[in-house]
Amino acid sequence: MVEASRIDVSIEHKHAPEPPPKKHPNTCPTCGSHFRDDELDAALRVCTHCDHHFPVKARKRIEQLADPGSFVEEAAELRSADPLDFFDLRSYKDRLAEAEVATGLGDALLIGSATIEEQSCELAVMDFSFMGGSMGSVTGEKFARACESAAAAGIPLVSISASGGARMQEGILALMQMPKTVCAVEELHESGCALLSVMAHPTTGGLLASFASLGDVLLAEPGALMSFAGPRVVAQTTREKLPDDFGLAESNLRFGHVDAIVRRSELRPTLARLLRLFGER
Amino acid sequence: MANDAEIRLRDRLSKLSGLDLLRGARLSGELERLKRQIDRIEAEPTDEEIWSKVELARHEERPYTLDYVERLFDDWFELHGDRGRGDDAALVAGIGKLEGRTLALVGHQKGRDIKERSNRNFGMAYPEGYRKAMRVMEIAERHGCPLATFVDTPGAYPGVAAEQHGQGGAIARSQAAMARLKVPTVACIIGEGGSGGAVAIALADTVLMQENAIYSVISPEGCAAILWRDAGERQKAAAAFKPDAAHCLELGVIDGIVPEPVGGAHESHDEAARLLGAALADAFDGLEGVPQAELRARRRQKFRSMGVLA
Ligand SMILES: [Zn+2]
Repeated sequence: MVEASRIDVSIEHKHAPEPPPKKHPNTCPTCGSHFRDDELDAALRVCTHCDHHFPVKARKRIEQLADPGSFVEEAAELRSADPLDFFDLRSYKDRLAEAEVATGLGDALLIGSATIEEQSCELAVMDFSFMGGSMGSVTGEKFARACESAAAAGIPLVSISASGGARMQEGILALMQMPKTVCAVEELHESGCALLSVMAHPTTGGLLASFASLGDVLLAEPGALMSFAGPRVVAQTTREKLPDDFGLAESNLRFGHVDAIVRRSELRPTLARLLRLFGER
Repeated sequence: MANDAEIRLRDRLSKLSGLDLLRGARLSGELERLKRQIDRIEAEPTDEEIWSKVELARHEERPYTLDYVERLFDDWFELHGDRGRGDDAALVAGIGKLEGRTLALVGHQKGRDIKERSNRNFGMAYPEGYRKAMRVMEIAERHGCPLATFVDTPGAYPGVAAEQHGQGGAIARSQAAMARLKVPTVACIIGEGGSGGAVAIALADTVLMQENAIYSVISPEGCAAILWRDAGERQKAAAAFKPDAAHCLELGVIDGIVPEPVGGAHESHDEAARLLGAALADAFDGLEGVPQAELRARRRQKFRSMGVLA
């Protein structure tokens, strides 16, 4: 939640209180249990005491889901340009360079072909640690290419989202990644291939309002925030008291916006089952 | 009718934008306006000029969707409701005739006085609004009438009920519905093109933008709050993300700029409507006769190619 609140689209002012100090990433925000990295990895980064689902980086997610050695990455060379020469408190170019060094990724989305329990699929996996998983031109381009690869091979596309929304530093071009990815999904569907969309925490803003909501099947991880507007912007715009489960996967299931909430330990077998059902074209 | 000087100007403009010229300038007597447009596009707008566009786009007296409908459409019939939950007054829809052509129209609608503003929720639609839009898109498709959309919203409404009714999914599906249409579609940003709530009805064959409209990924205030941690830095934010029409044209996001009366569309609703009507008719003329499958493939290809890579 600390990471999510950093990119929340809220209207603040100078005197807004500072966010609370960041806890250690391996300390469970729900029950306070602390884990060594290897312990957490062995538990698929889920708290063994309270079932809190920690964020999973894209490469780790692929390790969890794909058959060992089956993932063949595509379009790894793509990098963002800086079309607006954007500068806020720092330049976009600096932010990109830092994100690449910190994550070892070229952008917030990894794509490639893989097998899950021997079922072929294309994977598109987002990484929240790369600029809040925000969607810029490279993210949109990679997603569109993943749709095209899946269509060419006649196999389903599995997307795992974790994103705060559009990447502001690319301005209107970031917004245009929404219609771009929507058009790509339409082409994928017309080729007869399925999109299985998994929403991890958080899937908000422009991601929820584009390809992530267009899956033939929508799955969510427990506790994932899935809202178009973040809780703070809703609270400040409407002055409404928010329900405790505002925007969470559980609330979305109740209101009919997802098909199922799937615990991480069940995600691989669940996807495998769906891949067998939708199968090759 | 077009003389040599006008043809040369049009040519220059086309080269500048690399795109078709769609400025409502097919009428005679538009030469001065064309010159003015060229000067504006060739000169990089200053930060102050960008901010003045934000203010003009939000001007209280700016014409809204129904002001244009009243002036441009004959036999207008408004359609209400999403056939599920309700009728969202922040997004209006209907059918009417524009220069003899039956069109379906979907557009955001802000209110003029305090009471109407609140009834229309300041042009911020709920999922119900986008579902009404999709219903009218289906009518257009079924009866083969072209679809026009007018975009004028600060954004989709950020509220508890809106989320519970599926705001994100509705915006996604409205875009998908537009990507599937086989009839010609023209969108025009007539005021604020605010984020997902705007693009939900803007996945069109031709996307136009009025000269003083803005189209952006986030409001200047929202961007300033997040990146500068101070909503007061909104002018800096607007200058940084460049929501003005000239920049949108340069980035390939829109296909043409529709001129406004001198001083802005609020100065003369009649003149603003005349210019918008001419640009719309031009745009639909340009799409006429394109085979359906090609039209749709082109539309998808256009959006597929948006973005800048290193
Ligand atoms: Zn725990």
